[in-house]
Amino acid sequence: MAKSSKPILWLPFAGGGLVSALITPALILVTGLLVPLGLLHLPYDKIAGFAHNPIGKLILFGVVALPAWHAAHRMRTTAHDLGLGAGIPVKLVCYGSAWLMIVISIVALLSV
Amino acid sequence: MSENITLEVLRYNPETDQEPYFQTYTVPYHDDWVVLDALNHVKDHIDATLTYRWSCHMAVCGSCGMMINGEPKLGCHAFLRDYKGGAVKIEPLDHFPIERDLVIVQDEFMEKLSSVKPYIISDHEKPVSEGEYLQTPGQLKLFKQYTQCINCLLCYAACPQTMLNESFVGPAALALAHRYNLDSRDCGKDQRAEVVASNEGIWECTFVGACSEVCPKNVDPAAAIQQTKISASVDWFKALLLPGGKK
Amino acid sequence: MSRRPYLRTVERNWWLSRRRYVVYMIREVTCLFIALYSALLTDGLVRLAEGQAAWDSYLTAISSPPGVLFQLVCLVFATIHSVTWFGVTPKAMPLMIKGEPVPPQTIIRAHYALWAAASLVVLIAAGV
Repeated sequence: MAKSSKPILWLPFAGGGLVSALITPALILVTGLLVPLGLLHLPYDKIAGFAHNPIGKLILFGVVALPAWHAAHRMRTTAHDLGLGAGIPVKLVCYGSAWLMIVISIVALLSV
Repeated sequence: MSENITLEVLRYNPETDQEPYFQTYTVPYHDDWVVLDALNHVKDHIDATLTYRWSCHMAVCGSCGMMINGEPKLGCHAFLRDYKGGAVKIEPLDHFPIERDLVIVQDEFMEKLSSVKPYIISDHEKPVSEGEYLQTPGQLKLFKQYTQCINCLLCYAACPQTMLNESFVGPAALALAHRYNLDSRDCGKDQRAEVVASNEGIWECTFVGACSEVCPKNVDPAAAIQQTKISASVDWFKALLLPGGKK
Repeated sequence: MSRRPYLRTVERNWWLSRRRYVVYMIREVTCLFIALYSALLTDGLVRLAEGQAAWDSYLTAISSPPGVLFQLVCLVFATIHSVTWFGVTPKAMPLMIKGEPVPPQTIIRAHYALWAAASLVVLIAAGV
């Protein structure tokens, strides 16, 4: 047995857990209810303007990437719980999906 | 008016049986009896071959852990009156190999327990002339609850991760490690980390929390493990970002 | 006397065997919907980068009946995640103030207050 390097995966998982717990329901309320009902408008100029700001980019990235990582790590352990194995394919699918979202988000935010 | 209650007990004799099987016993029902009393009645009056561990009959020795209607419980801590109206299913603790009848093999657990170095590790041995190690009530309060473990293994029986991974160090051992890590007299956290912060240690835990739910002494091993995850992660990043620091 | 310990088999559906394990699995499965919603947001960032037209069609898509239904399902699971996360936080981060442990309920209530405040910030930022 040796000290594991799991903290690399776990600290962002914990951070993402807190961020998603605090932010995600309100976000879904916005995009899933208030916008469809026409009670909220997310005009392009306003959102893109927010994303032009480096702080805005950071916030948007955090709000997408941290929950994505949290979910990825949890999906991996849940797959193991459900008997779907703990090998490379599971890790690839779980962390791979998060990395995909992370990379795409970075590219998108840098292109706004 | 003499009532009876039915017990369905899992039997297994390694010398004669290929597989475990259930055996039914009917014992007198007493309002103040626990399951252990019912088993003792079976052994004393019905079937002397029934084999099980027990000792104190008061939930302090940790010997009589067993599955009662699918729940890990101490035999001395489960009252027959709570199981009236049906048969009482009694099996050995889940997730352990069965030695014989209700006796499980706990050899591996003993190894796991000693692997976390469950003793005070000082950075220098204090000679008697220097006096005792002093500790305030506040310092004791920090770790007191984690000293209450009676090694009954109910937590291992409840934990799905011990089932899915035999080498998981497990709730009781990790809670005990936490007890020493929190003790103001101890300096051994880094030494314990080799096992505690390994993949088979805290990182196998997914915080199901069943361990703490079934613990008869309110040790709360789940809390111990989550707290250790945080401190182990902080230590890990500190070592990464500030290499060569004080160990 | 010879020892021949008997190892019981691991059942694949162990999590269905007891209520506490089902509750645990529901809690864990919330992550799938967090992941799916993150994918939806990621798509939003891409559309944002592509320009006004792409962004407007994104808003139309998320406002469609299947879009709304999907997000409402995500909302249910996201809420379960929040509630269960706050519930276990006191165990992971016990607090001592002046040598006395802070009651778990206090820590949990503080998180609900934080949740309300954070939600307000999100709503205000979105233009409520």
